[in-house]
Amino acid sequence: MSEIEQLIRRAEAVATRKDLSLSTVSRKLFNDGKGLARLKAGGQCTLKTLDTARARLDALESDGSSVSVVSPAADIKPPAEIDARVMTHLDRLEAESIHIMREVAAEAENPVMLYSVGKDSAVMLHLAMKAFYPSKPPFPLMHVDTTWKFKEMIKFRDETAKRLGLDLIAHINQDGVDQGIGPFTHGSQIHTDVMKTQALKQALDKYGFDAAFGGARRDEEKSRAKERIFSFRSAEHRWDPKNQRPELWNIYNTRIHKGESIRVFPLSNWTELDIWQYIYRENIPIVPLYFAAKRPVVKLNGTEIMVDDERMPLNGVAPTEEMVRFRTLGCYPLTGAVRSTASTLPEIIQEMLTARNSEREGRVIDHDQAASMEKKKQEGYF
Amino acid sequence: MANAPLTADDNVIDYLAAHERKGLLRFITCGSVDDGKSTLIGRLLYDSKLLYDDQIATLESDTKKHGTQGEKIDFALLVDGLAAEREQGITIDVAYRFFSTEKRKFIVADTPGHEQYTRNMATGASTADLAVILIDARKGILTQTRRHSFITSLLGIRHIVLAVNKMDLVGYDEDTFRKIEDEYRAFAKPLGFETIACIPVSALEGDNIITRSRRMAWYDGAALLPFLETVNVRSDLAEKPFRLPVQWVNRPDLDFRGFSGTIASGKVKPGDEIVVLPSAKRSKVARIVTMDGDLDEAGPDMAVTVTLKDEIDISRGDIICAGQAPAEQTDQFAAHLLWMAEDTLFPGRQYLMKTANRIIPATVTELKHKIHVNTLEHMSGKTLELNEVGYCNLNLAQPIAFDSYADNRRTGAFILIDKRSNATIGAGMIDFSLRRAQNVHWQDLDINKKARASAKHQRPCVLWFTGLSGSGKSTVANLVEKRLHDLGRHTYTLDGDNVRHGLNKDLGFTDADRVENIRRVGETARLMADAGLITLVSFISPFQSERRMARDLMPDGEFIEVYISTPLAVCEQRDVKGLYAKARRGEIKNFTGIDSAYEAPQGAEIDVDTSEISAADAADRIVEFLQGNGYLEG
Repeated sequence: MSEIEQLIRRAEAVATRKDLSLSTVSRKLFNDGKGLARLKAGGQCTLKTLDTARARLDALESDGSSVSVVSPAADIKPPAEIDARVMTHLDRLEAESIHIMREVAAEAENPVMLYSVGKDSAVMLHLAMKAFYPSKPPFPLMHVDTTWKFKEMIKFRDETAKRLGLDLIAHINQDGVDQGIGPFTHGSQIHTDVMKTQALKQALDKYGFDAAFGGARRDEEKSRAKERIFSFRSAEHRWDPKNQRPELWNIYNTRIHKGESIRVFPLSNWTELDIWQYIYRENIPIVPLYFAAKRPVVKLNGTEIMVDDERMPLNGVAPTEEMVRFRTLGCYPLTGAVRSTASTLPEIIQEMLTARNSEREGRVIDHDQAASMEKKKQEGYF
Repeated sequence: MANAPLTADDNVIDYLAAHERKGLLRFITCGSVDDGKSTLIGRLLYDSKLLYDDQIATLESDTKKHGTQGEKIDFALLVDGLAAEREQGITIDVAYRFFSTEKRKFIVADTPGHEQYTRNMATGASTADLAVILIDARKGILTQTRRHSFITSLLGIRHIVLAVNKMDLVGYDEDTFRKIEDEYRAFAKPLGFETIACIPVSALEGDNIITRSRRMAWYDGAALLPFLETVNVRSDLAEKPFRLPVQWVNRPDLDFRGFSGTIASGKVKPGDEIVVLPSAKRSKVARIVTMDGDLDEAGPDMAVTVTLKDEIDISRGDIICAGQAPAEQTDQFAAHLLWMAEDTLFPGRQYLMKTANRIIPATVTELKHKIHVNTLEHMSGKTLELNEVGYCNLNLAQPIAFDSYADNRRTGAFILIDKRSNATIGAGMIDFSLRRAQNVHWQDLDINKKARASAKHQRPCVLWFTGLSGSGKSTVANLVEKRLHDLGRHTYTLDGDNVRHGLNKDLGFTDADRVENIRRVGETARLMADAGLITLVSFISPFQSERRMARDLMPDGEFIEVYISTPLAVCEQRDVKGLYAKARRGEIKNFTGIDSAYEAPQGAEIDVDTSEISAADAADRIVEFLQGNGYLEG
């Protein structure tokens, strides 16, 4: 007789003697009314659970008063254990993102994927390749180029589109260029507004896109934690946090009026760690700037900024060569480098796991005030 | 951020391999503001070392500004995101939080607890496997606890953690906890949860959150986080019949035709026999295609692309089912409906229903009862307001394949969308089909008489004008139709002239032909009423039995006999068409009132004599009758 069988016999005997139902005894032993039934049906449990149950059974057999019913012994597996193909958290996140992308492809008239060249975009693009395989994703990529992105980003962007054979729209706000808008001359706020926020609205209007994928994640920032996966925008591109559509199950309401649009965030439920783990698991190419290398930097307001081109005003300070990398990528004058020697993915992940500063900390634009992102988004920032 | 402190010696590759294999638990937290729900989540994030230094710094500065806990860190500020919420000090939307431990990744839907946010809670619950219901140990089980448990069970969550919070404020007293536990288990029995775990905690002090608290040695169960790490919430979806709602047809070239979607239940292997609904075409699975190579088998929640052995027509909205166990199909079903809009739900109004993969016009035909979210009592009602739950019958423009929500959350759920505003206004859970014979006569009842009438805001009826030739039937009927038209009602008039020249031109004036004439007119009037119209019939119809026959064609109350009782002498005197003169001269045979009888109605609903009142007054009386009896409402 196996140990489990012995336990069942003893439990049944106690039930008869004390005039308790088997499920009550089961609850006392496992805090699960069906635990015994599952074991009887051939289910398994861990040794620890068995030991606990045995100890409680001892007590129950003597008088039963000291037995608690609350201890959750949750690891009793149902007998018909399903196959080994249990989905991991990354599998689930992947499947959810693919479902979202297919829904947009099926229901939107003119979708686009906003491709920012960063690691999140790399994951999003990889998921799109999977979602529609063997077809190509049925939408173009669009990059809003502020003209201040790292040179390596632009190179990587063009190579990626070519390698995957995808249409790429690179949009630049020509009005802003004509006015000479830039982060050094106009400050980060005006630069971001004109070259990024306004540029994005321009581009969406120009091409008449009714759905735009973005790589934002809910864990990035508090106001994003409450944004829907399908986030509705008025014809003026405004987001109304008080008037969001309830989003139940995986049934997404994609209906809009003419002129309105939807921003879709297939990575909503991913965290920074998930992104890195997935890049590692899937071997997804990312911009080399994420890896540590000797790069010329200068210190600007306490942040180390890489000198990516001659537009950087140095004011007589000579850049120094440092081992640095970037945790997020944006406009080079607004993106702080971090000192690092991490030059492989596992090293980056290890660094991230031990880091004590959150990801957006390196971004100059988020600092202004706690609710700043919510405000920006209402104005149309992605 | 590290759950286990990671030193440089740790083998990060092993770490990654271990973390890659983690499972995922999605849970919802329910409780009211004062139960300390946000504090609990903040505590889970904080104590499991998931916060960065800069986040803690922001938290400390925010605590000084908005904090409600004096000198202590106010964890609630970590999770109350939107600016408006910070100012009001309450959580109003659903916020999603993420954290992971070595064993699991967690997605937490943090939802508000007030009754006016029932819809937000339902939203969070719809994707959760487990609910953590918070109770203030000082207050015990409250109305809101019952509501949260009901919504949780309504949305199909099978596992409950009852976190009895603020144990610090009751001196960590065991009896208080046991009393609450017993009461809750008794209350929750009819809700049919699979497991209920009760854990005494103090979110503020951190008792029984990450580790067992020494202050409650009497509690020998697991602390909250270890419990969440190990609780088995595996669904039985894999054992259910295969369902793949087709989301997107994958057709890169003429040689490849794949069907993409997320598997709702069951498993599938190449070679499996399948049946496609609604076409009922059969084939076998050829391949399960992914970018990483074909799969030998796929199961629930996997987003896949399958190809079939035969070339059959499949499009978005279809469901590929196990050949031996196809889903049911119906165009009428009963469902629980949670109303999520400010605008009232009116039975009869048409909405759009979106299921896993298609959109169809749908009408709530009947609200059977409402369910009080606090007491679970059934109440009668004609409409549903925001945050109310009802049990209703729905009627669809086309049949859909479905499973009951209790069997399958993926193929039994739907949302309702307002056709004009495009807002999501309702969430539904299908109970069962109202039809048994599922493949017969779908089309003829898609939109029924009630729906048509409701769209016209009226009750259809037949006004049957009878009386001698020249009595004023047509004149009065025309006036009545004009008035109704002015009131925006939808009408049609059948009279001798437009019927005798077309439909009934083969009929003469023998008694037999008169009977057939009236039979046809009666049937035509019935069709028109079925179309939702107020139908006016103006016929001499001299025989009692034929009028009775016409009356019997209609449901009770829909046949209104209008007797125009103008005396023969007056009619003959008017003789508008000169027919009486011809009849008197014998030039017309079988003329009613002259050489054929007129049987005056017994008990007509309306009786007017146009020799006594004007035709206009007669018309007014008839319209008043219709108004007074509710025919112009709806």
